[in-house]
Amino acid sequence: MNIFIKNGRIIDPANNIDRIGNLYISHGKIVSLKETPEDFVADKVIDARHLIVCPGFIELSARLREPGQTQKATIASETKAAAKAGITSLCIPPDTQPIIDTPAVAELIHEKAELAHYPNIYPIAAITKQLQGKELASTYSLKQAGCIAVSQAQQPFGNVLILKRAMEYAASHDLLFIHQPLDYYLSNQGCVHDGKMATCYGLPGIPAIAETIALTQCLELSKETGCRVHFSQLSCARSVKLLKRAKSSGLAVTADVAIHQLHITEAKMPVFDSAYHVIPPFRTDDDQRALSKALANGTIDALCCDHQPHDIDAKLGAFPETEAGISGLESLLPLMLALVNEGTLVLNQGIARLTTDVANIMGLEAGTLSLGASADICIFDANKQWQLNQENWLSRGKNTPFWGQMLQGQVTHTLQTGKIIYEN
Amino acid sequence: MKHLQLDNHGELRHFLSIEGLNQPLLTQILDTAESFVHDSGKPIQKYPILRGKTIINLFFENSTRTRTTFDLAATRLSADVINMDIATSATSKGESLLDTIHNLEAMHIDMFVVRHSVSGAAHFIAQHTAPHVSVINAGDGRHAHPTQAMLDMFTIRRYKKDFSQLKVAIVGDILHSRVARSQIQALNTLGVSEVRVIAPKTLLPTKVESLQVTACNNLQQGLEDIDVIIMLRLQKERMSGALLPSEAEYFKCFGLNETTLKYAKPDALVMHPGPINRGVEISSSVADGIQSVILQQVSYGIAVRMALISMLMAKQGVQQ
Repeated sequence: MNIFIKNGRIIDPANNIDRIGNLYISHGKIVSLKETPEDFVADKVIDARHLIVCPGFIELSARLREPGQTQKATIASETKAAAKAGITSLCIPPDTQPIIDTPAVAELIHEKAELAHYPNIYPIAAITKQLQGKELASTYSLKQAGCIAVSQAQQPFGNVLILKRAMEYAASHDLLFIHQPLDYYLSNQGCVHDGKMATCYGLPGIPAIAETIALTQCLELSKETGCRVHFSQLSCARSVKLLKRAKSSGLAVTADVAIHQLHITEAKMPVFDSAYHVIPPFRTDDDQRALSKALANGTIDALCCDHQPHDIDAKLGAFPETEAGISGLESLLPLMLALVNEGTLVLNQGIARLTTDVANIMGLEAGTLSLGASADICIFDANKQWQLNQENWLSRGKNTPFWGQMLQGQVTHTLQTGKIIYEN
Repeated sequence: MKHLQLDNHGELRHFLSIEGLNQPLLTQILDTAESFVHDSGKPIQKYPILRGKTIINLFFENSTRTRTTFDLAATRLSADVINMDIATSATSKGESLLDTIHNLEAMHIDMFVVRHSVSGAAHFIAQHTAPHVSVINAGDGRHAHPTQAMLDMFTIRRYKKDFSQLKVAIVGDILHSRVARSQIQALNTLGVSEVRVIAPKTLLPTKVESLQVTACNNLQQGLEDIDVIIMLRLQKERMSGALLPSEAEYFKCFGLNETTLKYAKPDALVMHPGPINRGVEISSSVADGIQSVILQQVSYGIAVRMALISMLMAKQGVQQ
């Protein structure tokens, strides 16, 4: 199948491209960004006038709930939502049920992905057996089964010695360790930032030091063990400082921030609204400013939506008893564009943080429009306004604080390995 | 939260928290409570205004006095009262909080009085009840215990008259106390001149200043010039949670006895939401002493709860 995308504004941060032009796809690959290749006969022409053509987005943390929690979502439902959101690759944290700690589970996920006609799903292996934080999982075998990194998801390690050994072992096989820094004991089963809201409403709080102490510990261990670490979903200003210092000392560490952290703070949260229950919690305006700045200057390398779809019951209850997380795939692009519109990021940067920068962290051959690259492409209208509501929401999880809001920026086409997987 | 508690005319629809309620409304509650108390302070025996109304005391957490005073308040207003003590593990039978509520609603009840161990539970129930059902929060987690706060305000007003001149100290476990949070909001709304909280750092919330209080880690300094002392109950589990070393050391530092009581003004009121731990936060001589109004608090609790129940039911066409 040959596809001709014409007259779009092509933005490919990896190759420093930002111009109006054409793009030719043949046999699943990008074959030209300039002249029509010889013998190229388009089976499909996409007129991208006034639209932006960029690499498909890569989501660093997408819980698809399958296997194990299909009452919340399935690989089929969430990959459809991803396609609609212009996301062409999904990295899956290991806390499925069963947990991704054996090659069989990784293979099962790959199979389900094939069945859903969405091949670019990348499982992340559990770094310890059953994520119990006690014994090492067979991460080398898991790597062979297609896992692209290792992680403890949101579960604690039994002690720091186990964390150190897990990192040493990961380093031995050159596995990237993805770590959400949050000290289990200091978090103390909290559900909001340990600040004004926790104080005034008597909600158990998670202090910023739960993140910074865990981060400091892991940075020290990274230095000691040589393990490459990617820190996911940072939430504190102080973490940015620690990360910056570590990076300038030459440590091989990277980090991301969840897009909702850049839009909502503790002060903007309605009281006891479980749609706003996230881990790490929404923090202060100062934290948000520091995170935004760090994303713009590259101290924070990537953006994610930390997709966590839930069934209705999971969010129905007194706030501390509800489950944390936001269904985020479909609001990712509009929320990124909102950062561009408010001047936090320039557009090319915003796209880079969702594409090539993510691919570089995860070691994926994706996120660019280079000649010969797999044609994973997102085409979007940056100005189109739409309301987030029942009619246009595909994720099984309706748990988003942005429900009912008008958003700007909508995907018109998504291509994965040269196939149109979404068209609006 | 204002939105949820008040109807379009600014009248109480639910009573979940002091937050969002203004001074005239709090004063109205206190004045209504006065109408249920004889000049002697004894509550009036029986009012027939809620005949045919059903109130459920839905207690997911143990309570003796709060439940009893709610029970008495509703009975004196001639309502039918059903007491339901649901161990917090009710959900272990597989029924969610919401299912429990909807099932009881199906029995045509008019009001829930709810106590729950989780902050926000009463708010959640109020959000999901049928429009004709009112919810009174009888304590949710660490969040709020607004009827306790109002009976404390009632007690203070009876003894001290003018709020604007008062300096009030709350001593003890502020971090875990729903009573303290509601008292602080009520005292500030009623315009006291200062609220001080006195506790070791382990028992104070991180952003304590956002409660509009002065925090103090020393009892002697904290009680200086104080008109009203509210002692909080110390829960035993604070020791196992490494928040305090021992009851004895707590009493040594923060206990109210005849000596430490002298740090406050000579006519300072001594209050306690109960149940008291004698010798842990307060000595018997002070708890039973002439400055103590602890038992009056309990008595007034009935009148204040009668006031709140009747105000909420007034919305349902009941004449006060």
